[in-house]
Amino acid sequence: MALFSKQNKEVFTNPLNLDHPILGQVLGICSALAVTSQLKPAIVMGLAVTVITAFANVIISIIRNTIPNRIRIVVQLVVVAALVTIVSQILKAFAYDVSVQLSVYVGLIITNCILMGRLEAFAMQNKPWPSFLDGVGNGLGYAMVLVIVGAVRELLGRGSLLGFQIIPDACYDFGYVNNGMMTMPAMALILVGCVIWVHRAYFYKEK
Amino acid sequence: MKLNTNSNAYIIIYSAILVVIVAFLLAFVYQALKPMQDANVALDVKKQILYSLNIRDLDGSAAEAKYAEVVKAEKEIDGQKVYECQIDGKDILVASLKGMGLWGGISGYIAINGDDTVYGAYFNHESETAGLGAEIKDSQAWQEKFIGKKIYDADGNVVLSVVKKVESPDTQVDCVTGATLTSNGVDAMIKDCLKNVKKSKEE
Repeated sequence: MALFSKQNKEVFTNPLNLDHPILGQVLGICSALAVTSQLKPAIVMGLAVTVITAFANVIISIIRNTIPNRIRIVVQLVVVAALVTIVSQILKAFAYDVSVQLSVYVGLIITNCILMGRLEAFAMQNKPWPSFLDGVGNGLGYAMVLVIVGAVRELLGRGSLLGFQIIPDACYDFGYVNNGMMTMPAMALILVGCVIWVHRAYFYKEK
Repeated sequence: MKLNTNSNAYIIIYSAILVVIVAFLLAFVYQALKPMQDANVALDVKKQILYSLNIRDLDGSAAEAKYAEVVKAEKEIDGQKVYECQIDGKDILVASLKGMGLWGGISGYIAINGDDTVYGAYFNHESETAGLGAEIKDSQAWQEKFIGKKIYDADGNVVLSVVKKVESPDTQVDCVTGATLTSNGVDAMIKDCLKNVKKSKEE
């Protein structure tokens, strides 16, 4: 099978649109609400989930024929927990500020339903390479929503993007005020709702 | 030969091997990254101390250099760390604080002038609610409310407090709205940790 056959392409692009983990299946909402008050943690969280989903998918796919059926969820959890711990340690060593901001949510990737869902639904039945593509696709789909929501919340809530001030001082002089509501988790829920709405209205096509 | 992957023996051996592999892997990663993590934590402590001294815009090596320039000595009183600092020729004592918030531990640093008023304060938390209790860390404006408050009364008791209704603005700080329990934690932490500092100063 060619590396980028039509089938594999679908595996990769489906989670970005039709089977989008957040927009289509409405999975992984909890962390999407928690870490998106600023853009930087949202990007790091998106990357972390992408890497972990991809590699967990590959590992599970490689050992899928040896996994005893009765303890397959346990095995999946062990693999995911190991990967999450490694990523969390790496973040602490190389991006301490971000790891403090993400706090418990890095650890909570273990319970992210996107991961378990992909392992159980895809990696257990498919070869490593399609599983890798599936993991990257789902991770990027998740990251995409996080980045959109994070960008909107930081721009409207703090007037900056990635910590750089975007809205000029002149606007504040004219009485513009940052919307404090945007930094609260409730607004993330509403924004995710808006993103789902736009997605369903303009991008989602029934097969 | 086809293995019976559902036999009990297979399951037990399989899980044992898996767990051992993962344990070795994690131990290796932990050991390999430990020095860098420790360096990050140490730098973070230094930055927090600088925050309490109202120096908030430094990062990395700049913070390191400033810390070395400002902090003259480090003492320990009953397990509580105290830092002797000097800024613009003024002697300032930074006391570390440790206490309980609503959901987990809270900590902080409070910088004290020679005349026992607050020079600056910084608080940190482990798991307070974002937007409410977490404001003790996130809101610079709230931390700056402490500046200039009196800490001790004539008898050496701690009178600096965090209250709902400020009656004497010399010693009291308005608590964070919606975070009464976290604010109470800060109040108790200040009372608890600062009483030793006074004693040690007199000695």
